[in-house]
Amino acid sequence: MSVPIMKQGGVLIASVQSELSDTDLIQLRDDLLQRVGTLRTHGVVIDVTALDVIDSFAARVLSNIAQMVRLRGATTVIAGIQADVAFSMIQLGLALQGVTTVLDLEEALSVLAEAGESSNGSS
Amino acid sequence: MSPRKTTRPPSSAAPSEQALVRELVTHLREKREALRRQWVQQMTAKGLLAGLTPEETETESVNIYDTCVGCLDTGEYSGAERYAASMAERGVLRGMTTEQIIGGLLTLRDVYGRSLFERYQRDMARLSAALDVYEPVANKILSIVALAFIEEREKVVRQQQEAIRELSTPVLQVREGLLILPIIGVIDSVRARQLTEQLLHGIRNSRAKVVVMDITGVPNVDSKVANHLVQTVDAARLLGATVIVTGISGAIAQTLVTLGLDLSKMNTVGDLQGGIEHADALLGYKVIASG
Repeated sequence: MSVPIMKQGGVLIASVQSELSDTDLIQLRDDLLQRVGTLRTHGVVIDVTALDVIDSFAARVLSNIAQMVRLRGATTVIAGIQADVAFSMIQLGLALQGVTTVLDLEEALSVLAEAGESSNGSS
Repeated sequence: MSPRKTTRPPSSAAPSEQALVRELVTHLREKREALRRQWVQQMTAKGLLAGLTPEETETESVNIYDTCVGCLDTGEYSGAERYAASMAERGVLRGMTTEQIIGGLLTLRDVYGRSLFERYQRDMARLSAALDVYEPVANKILSIVALAFIEEREKVVRQQQEAIRELSTPVLQVREGLLILPIIGVIDSVRARQLTEQLLHGIRNSRAKVVVMDITGVPNVDSKVANHLVQTVDAARLLGATVIVTGISGAIAQTLVTLGLDLSKMNTVGDLQGGIEHADALLGYKVIASG
């Protein structure tokens, strides 16, 4: 089950629809990495609202995606971690250090818009 | 307290033991007024009857005396259990101290015992047999009453804990994107979990970016709760919100540092006012006095 990735301006939006297997996660990572290089992408949003569970493998892959995407010149934002999932993750020590996390997609786009403006400078 | 039926079926007891029981019961019933008076006198001398009116002393002592002899007579303790339960219900136990309850019963035990000594002092074998019959009964009654007393106390403690837990922890929105969570009183693990749920769901529902959690009203926290609070702050970050903790007392500051928790990510400000000012700055609000 692959995750649909949409493009909106300079931002890629990966919208997770259902629970992801380990293979799905790797597929997501590869897909995103491939598409980040195209057409001046400066941001990636991964919307995980639909995930009821984020285990250590998922957390590691998400963290890796953020690091790899950064190396390719874009910022990753994880959006929509559910309240209960958030607390479980912390209890397991999966704090997603160094990764920007926000409440929802709207917030993510707003954060990336600001980041995009500041990095472009005055036009 | 579930009623236990501990019956020593009279028919299976040795006939001589049965006869001895009858003898003791008759003796204690005959001597009832004398022994009861002796008991009350001794309790008064030890100061165990403070706070009781003479009528109460009279009624209670008669009931207790008769209940005890009744247990010896029937080999059954439901009478004692019922009486102890009714004492607890009537709030007598709540008004009286442990010393009074246990002390009072121990005195009665002594009075019964002395009376047996007096009666059988010329026949050591018979005395020994009498004590063998009497002592288990006396001890059992004592433990039934002591247990009822402890259960009553524990019930009160549970009620108070429940009351504290019910002190609701409101999550208040004071500006767009800013929540305040004022916490008052002792936080135990149940309340901590409640707090976390309310905080995280509050962030989600009001789409808050900053939460000021004020713990001025919290005297101290144990290591489990402290850990839980730090985890809550971290979890809020995953929801895109920053938590500013204000009002940390000296004692809590010590606890947190001593526990060696990673506090580098924790945003703290001395008091609530400072916390709100900091939150305003984070959110891009500026407060200007008009006029």
